[in-house]
Formats: sequence, structure tokens, C-alpha cells
Amino acid sequence: MGKLSIPLSTLKLGQTSSVVHLEVKGLLRRRILDMGIVPGTILTCIGRAPAGDPIAYLVRDTVIALRSEDARLINVEQV
Amino acid sequence: MTTLNNKMDPLMKIHSETEHIRLASGTPIADRVVSDIFSYTEKIVQKVVIREVSGQKSWKDKIDQIVISRVFGYPLMLLLLGAVFWITIAGANIPSQMIAAVLFAFQDILTHWFEVVQAPAWLHGVLVLGMYRTLAWVIAVMLPPMAIFFPLFTILEDLGYLPRVAFNLDNMFKKAKACGKQCLTMCMGFGCNAAGVVSTRIIDSPRERLIAILTNNFVPCNGRFPTLIAIASIFMASSLVFSQSLQAAGIITLIVLLGVAVTFVVSWILSSTILKGEPSSFVLELPPYRKPKFGAVLYRSIIDRTLFVLRRAIVIAAPAGAITWIMANVYIGDLSVIAYIAGALNPLAKAIGLDGFILMAFILGLPANEIVVPILLMSYLATGQLTEFGSLLELKEILIANGWTWLTAFNTMLFALLHWPCATTLLSMYKETGSKKWTFVGFIIPTVIAFAVCFIVAQTVYFFGLA
Amino acid sequence: MLQAPGRIMREHFGIKTSGEQYVIALAGNPNVGKSTVFNTLTGLHQHTGNWPGKTVDNAQGKYSYKDKSFLLVDLPGTYSLLAHTVEEEIARDFICFGQPDATIVVLDATSLERNLNLAMQVMEITSNVIICVNLIDEARKKKLKIDFKELEKELGVPIIPTAARNGEGLKELQKAVYTMAVEKVIASPKQVVYSEEVEKAIKILMPKVEALGLARIVNPKWLALRLLDSDVSFIKTISRYATTQTQQMVAHKEQGREFTL
Repeated sequence: MGKLSIPLSTLKLGQTSSVVHLEVKGLLRRRILDMGIVPGTILTCIGRAPAGDPIAYLVRDTVIALRSEDARLINVEQV
Repeated sequence: MTTLNNKMDPLMKIHSETEHIRLASGTPIADRVVSDIFSYTEKIVQKVVIREVSGQKSWKDKIDQIVISRVFGYPLMLLLLGAVFWITIAGANIPSQMIAAVLFAFQDILTHWFEVVQAPAWLHGVLVLGMYRTLAWVIAVMLPPMAIFFPLFTILEDLGYLPRVAFNLDNMFKKAKACGKQCLTMCMGFGCNAAGVVSTRIIDSPRERLIAILTNNFVPCNGRFPTLIAIASIFMASSLVFSQSLQAAGIITLIVLLGVAVTFVVSWILSSTILKGEPSSFVLELPPYRKPKFGAVLYRSIIDRTLFVLRRAIVIAAPAGAITWIMANVYIGDLSVIAYIAGALNPLAKAIGLDGFILMAFILGLPANEIVVPILLMSYLATGQLTEFGSLLELKEILIANGWTWLTAFNTMLFALLHWPCATTLLSMYKETGSKKWTFVGFIIPTVIAFAVCFIVAQTVYFFGLA
Repeated sequence: MLQAPGRIMREHFGIKTSGEQYVIALAGNPNVGKSTVFNTLTGLHQHTGNWPGKTVDNAQGKYSYKDKSFLLVDLPGTYSLLAHTVEEEIARDFICFGQPDATIVVLDATSLERNLNLAMQVMEITSNVIICVNLIDEARKKKLKIDFKELEKELGVPIIPTAARNGEGLKELQKAVYTMAVEKVIASPKQVVYSEEVEKAIKILMPKVEALGLARIVNPKWLALRLLDSDVSFIKTISRYATTQTQQMVAHKEQGREFTL
């Protein structure tokens, strides 16, 4: 363990992290899982919309956009 | 939540027996199942895919840095929107005139045939002066812009730009407590609002989907563009050919932005009143940019969209042209039916900066917005027949002769942007919501807004004596 | 006239086949060029509408190959079949109960990891699976090398690499469909091996599930998994289809006809 887990939303541009735990509930949880965001998955923050939100992440060779409130509910640790 | 019936069901029985397994497990079984599938596929991919990692960023990544960037993101969207309109307006001008010349020349031949067989004047009136002329106008005015606009739009779609627009604008939709994907349904609305309403299926939350359905009409569809373009070109822009199309494009862009602003405001009001709720989550895939296949783009946009919309317009324009001609030529006392109705509507219409004929044309245009201008022209001309639409200049003369000022032009554009949805769109709303109540809401919101906005503008202008 | 049960089940989904026509389902994630595959195969012979009772698009198209007629049913683009949206429910129910003669799963060659999730789920439901790895032109540009032979071995189903936009590989796809649907050469898809905990739970459930005798309608392991993740809507759907099918069997017996499912 060792490393501290942080919310995905705090990831800076270009930073890469690995999913530790999902706190998301309901349909969004299913959606996120089905996109392949499961514990251990590597995510890279690749951009933010001009207004700062939503945020785009590179996951398993695809780009997925999440709103920051939702990204806050995904705990990651930096790799 | 097992009902008596479910208890009898052997499957449900086993299901309740599995409860202890679910409880014993630390993580939800459903999560485990998905995680396990992914760790399984990860292993397969490791075996079968070899990637030559190149440190260089591809041009696609570089493009995204501009498209979604803080500095260029919004200006680029505006620029592209304006460019699409400008290419459409500038490019459609000459083909429109050519098609009009051919179709109206054929009208003379038709008239000649009617004379040869000594057909009664009313038959010639209904079929040629009413039906054929309206058709000719609709085709000449609609076909070229559509044949340019739809392929341009399909290219943006195929490139993968539209999801980026949704990504860039999501924050505003979130503030209006709506879904970022609503933006994609609005893009569809540019082509046809009925199609836009159907495309709201991509929105998961029923509440946000309903908002998207009710507000789609504030994006001007292809049936309304010719009206907006014609009026913008002749009233708002200077007479220089090049800068005219550029200015017209600028005005159309502003009108569209106004429609977008109204969409945000109405979405927000709906979310705070009858469709209360918090914005739900939003997961959007941004697919990689792909080079569009131009053959496929042309095929799809011409066959699927242009011809589809044109066919619909023609089916409606033909009978509408005939009916309008009859109404303009049947007299009650001294006044034709049309003049009679327009006279009755006039006080209301004047209050909102229009005149009775314009308001009547919008009402008669309920089946399809394309026929609003043809109906208007036909009813303006004393004989009740559509003018030979040779050039926009003639159109301007007719309108000015009928008392149009810049306010009339401006408010006609506003009314065209904001007024009730066409019958096809209303039907789509009914099919998608399955509710007469929501269809009515979809009708009444734009109607009230159109009257209110035009009233305020007109009264302000009257008050200051500006027009 | 009484029809074969398979056809009656299909009619639940608004699928009407004429004469000897093979029904092929087309599944895939969104943005993988599934509609390009559909359009290129069927051309102008398309019919679009809604799924019965749902506001979800349904496109069907026809094509012929070696004098046989095929009806291609374009399923909604989904990331999964675990049915949390109407689209997923439709795709799942059709693959499960619509009894397609083959199901093509279209995958994006540039993101196989994520796309295989759907493929593995389909392979748990049915054996008649053909995998079409699309966008191989994009994969080439991204310098991805895919060992299709090895992938075929790993998955146990026919793998057809395509670049549908350029028409590349579509003849091979049609051939694979023909082999599976007409010549009845059935694949033997490999199944996901779950973590110990899940596999153990499946083992406990299997005897009970198999005892229900629903194997002809639904793969018992898939059913056990759905029971485990408490997919109540699916469990109810199963019960409904099981009843419908039993009624149809009774009807057929009364007509004195022999048939096999």
C-alpha cells in the first residue's frame, strides 16, 4: 500500500494513476465499470474542457470524459 | 421486494438463496464479475497485441489540445459554426437562382399548355399559380442550402468533432441542470427538429431527456434557415455580394447563439420548476478523430438527409400552395379570405412588430416551416400568386411595398427562431414522450416565448420611436 | 399455420423473415464502426424503425451471399450486456431469446481490451459468435500489431479482421457468417475464468440452476452469474420467456407436430 489514495478529479494534466476504489453509486457505477474502470485500471488525465469541467481521461486506449463531481468519487493512487 | 408470485417462481427462489453469498462477499459480486472479465481480457490482449510505442504524440492528440483548450476551445466552435453558415449561404446563392430560373421558365410552358387545352382559369390558378409555384420556390430555396449544409455537418460529425462540442459545453448544461449530450441533439436539430427530438434517446436520464425534447425547437432547423437567410441577406446586410454573404452568416450565427441562450435559460427554468432535479452523471466517450470518407459523407447526407427533408417539404408545400391560392382568390365581400384573416390577426401581429399576413403565414406554416415565406409572398401579391422569384432584390421590393421596416424583418427572424414547433416535430414529441401533456408543453413554451420576446422588442422600438 | 418457435420468438422483436432467411445479429460498442459494417453489407436494402414498444432505433437490412438470404439486425451500440439501460436490455434479450443464427460482435482493433468485455459476455450467452475486429487500418496507423491467429485460439470463435470503411475483410466476414449460419459449423467459445470466489459461488449454484431445465433457453452459467449479481429484471425476463416457450411447445404438441428447439 504505502501511497495515499486521492480523488481522480485532483489529477493534474498528464498525470497517471491507478484505480483503488470506486465510491460511485447506481447507474454511473455500472457505466464506469463497463468502460473498464475497475480497481487496478490505469487512468491518465489528458485534458479539461475550457470551463475546467468535465475532464478527459485516457483509459484502455479510449478517451472518456467525466464530470469532476463524479471523478471525485473514484479513488486513485499515483503511479 | 419479493411478491407472492415471485416466491412461487423457482428462479426467484434460487435468487433469494444466493443472498448469503452476496452478503459474505466483501466487494459486490457484480463488481467482481466485471473486474474479472477485464483482467481476463487484459491477459489476452497482452498475448496478441504488440505495440510499437513511439514517444511522439500523434497529430490527433495535438489537435485535441487546441479543440478543447481554454483559449481556443470556444472561439474555434464559433468560427466553425460561422464558417458552416457562410459556406452554405455563399455557395447556395447562385445554384438557387439557376434552379429558380429553370423552374419558373417551365411554369411558362405549363401555362401555355393550359391555354392550349383551354383549361378554366381557376384550375390553372390552383395547379400552376398555387401548387407549382410554391413547389418551385421551396425547391429553389431549400435544395441548395441543404445540399451544402448537410454534407458539411456530416463531415464534422464523421471527424469526431461533435462529441468535443458536447465536452466543451457540458459545463453550461450542468449549470442548467441538464445533460451535456443535449448539445448533440441540438446539432441534429439544425437539420430537422423532429430528428433532433428522436435523437434525445442518447440521454439516459428521463428528466434530462424531456428537457432536451422540449427545448430542441430553439435550434433553427433547415426549414427555417431559408427564411432567416433570405431576410438576413436583404435587410440586415449591405449590398456587396461578398460581404453580404459574410454579414448574413454573421447574423445567422448570432440568431443561432440567441437560440442556444434561450435553450439554456428554458432548460434551467424547467429544471427549477416542473422538471425539478439535479444534473445526473455524464460519461462521454471522445472517439479518436477519423478522416471522413467523402463518398460516404455525400451519399449519406444527400440521400438520407437532403432528399428526405426535401420530400417532406414538397409533400406539404404542394397542397399548402393550392390552399393558399384558393384562400387568396375566394372573396367574402370585398376581401379575399386571406385578407380577411390577416385583417383579423393584424392588431395582435402589430403589437409584436409583425403584420397580419406574417402571423397568418406562420400559422399556415404549422405543417412545415419551409412554406412560411412562399405563403407570405403569395398572400402579399394582390392576385394571390407567388412572385417570380428571380432575385432577393425583388423579394425586398415586395416586402418594403408591404410596409416592412427593419423591425418587421428583425421580429420575423426572432419569431421564426422562437415560435411553435412544426407539426412533424410535435408528432415526434408525442411519439417519444407518449404524453399529450408534454407535447402541449412543447408547443406552448416556444409560443409564449416568441410572443413575449417579439412584444418586448416591438414595444421598446415603438416607445423610442426607432422604427 | 403454426410456425417454428424460433420464428415466433423473433416476432416478439419485430423480426419478420421471409422464406429461408438467416437472422444475423450485429453487436458492438458505440464508435467502433458497427453502422459502417451494417451499411456496407446491406447497402440500400434497409429498414429502420423502433424496437417493439421501445423508443430505441432498430435497423434491419438484407444481403445475399452464395444464393442465401441473410437478415442483419443492428443491435443498439452498448458497452456491456449487463442490462442497466434499455439499449443493453434489448441487445441482451435479442441475443438470448431472438435466436439469431449467428451473432457478429464488432470490436475496435485500437482498443481491444475494453471491447473484448462485450465479446466475452456475448460468448457466455451463445456459441454462434463471430468476432469482427474492425478499424484495422487505424490500428496499423497506431503501429499496433495484432496476432489474429493467436486471438482466435484464445477466444475459440472465428476472428475476421476488417476495415469496413474501405470494404476490407467484408467478403471474409460474409463467408464466416455463411459457414456458421448455413453450414452450421458451430464455434466453441472459451469462457472467462473468474476469480476463485466467483467461480466457487457459480459451482454452488450450478446444480440448482441446471435442475430448472432451462438450458435450451439460456446458458446455465450465464444464468447463475445473473442470479449472483442479482439482476432481477433479467430473472423476470427469463421466467417470462420460459413460460412463453413452454406454451408454444404445448401448442405444437396439440397440433401433433414434432419439432426441436
